Amino acid sequence: MANETFTLIDDGRICETGATVSGDRVYLTPAALQAALGWELKPQGFCKDDRCVLVHDRAAVCNDPGVDLAGFAAVLSRPLAIDLEERVACLGTSAADRSTQLASLDAPDFTLPDLNGTMQALSDYRGKKVLLVAYASW
Amino acid sequence: MITVALDRCADDPRPFIEAAAPTHPSLIDSEHLVADLYRIINVPTVVWIDERGRIARPNDVAFGNDTFKDLHGMESAPHLNALRRWVMEGQMPLDEQQVRALQVLPTPEEQLGRTEFSLAWYLHRNGRTAAAQRHFVRAGELAPHDFTIRRGSMPIRGLDPMGPDFAEMYMEWVQAGRPYYRSIPIKIV
Repeated sequence: MANETFTLIDDGRICETGATVSGDRVYLTPAALQAALGWELKPQGFCKDDRCVLVHDRAAVCNDPGVDLAGFAAVLSRPLAIDLEERVACLGTSAADRSTQLASLDAPDFTLPDLNGTMQALSDYRGKKVLLVAYASW
Repeated sequence: MITVALDRCADDPRPFIEAAAPTHPSLIDSEHLVADLYRIINVPTVVWIDERGRIARPNDVAFGNDTFKDLHGMESAPHLNALRRWVMEGQMPLDEQQVRALQVLPTPEEQLGRTEFSLAWYLHRNGRTAAAQRHFVRAGELAPHDFTIRRGSMPIRGLDPMGPDFAEMYMEWVQAGRPYYRSIPIKIV
């Protein structure tokens, strides 16, 4: 029985879920994990869409009171930042996924606002050469 | 050209954007999404993307003019000339193998630093300032030479990005051997 409400940020998507906090560990039931993050716990491991990731030491990751969030992140090789006090956790993109994308040489698409708040995507400019310049006031 | 400001809000780069009166998109990336996607660790960084959406030239330091040449030692002309040759004449700067060889790909520790930064940013946006500070600091510890994380979070943390905290970061960076991008050889035509 989950005793806390936890905020999960997954690839920019924010959702609230029930979780059990025990010591410095955060546990979600398999049902809550699937509802929040889209990953289903199957006999072979965690599956989402057409992808499955094997879990070698199932007992270490999935036990009472549920799936250990840190263990789940480790199985997916994804970075996890948690603030227990604030009840917020952020699941980031793995170095492997970022590297695979960049090494493919397909420029990652993105959508961001301009000064007027109008959203623009890199892919809006497909068909043109683009010089992407990252800068800052600092 | 698409410019992306790795600034905490539109107001920080607004004076510069309005002074430039650009006809190109000037976008605001307060959550450093583009920094994460492209493994950008300092500014200015330029990436060339061709008509098919392919990376033609990977992350590199390049300046639009020589205003700060004395500070960083880089001439703006070689890159600008190579850019012109690419745009006007279709001259490719590198082949795909060279592009891949020159890419610096992110490490798990860098990605964890980015994730701590994202968490810090969420907490900051939701008014949990003290907690946000903790995670901005943690992000900086995980990626000590990533200027976008460590220097980029100084305004949010109430620190002067041109002040003593930056001076300390800069010293560490110099002592570490100035880890940065390798420079991309530019064919002089």
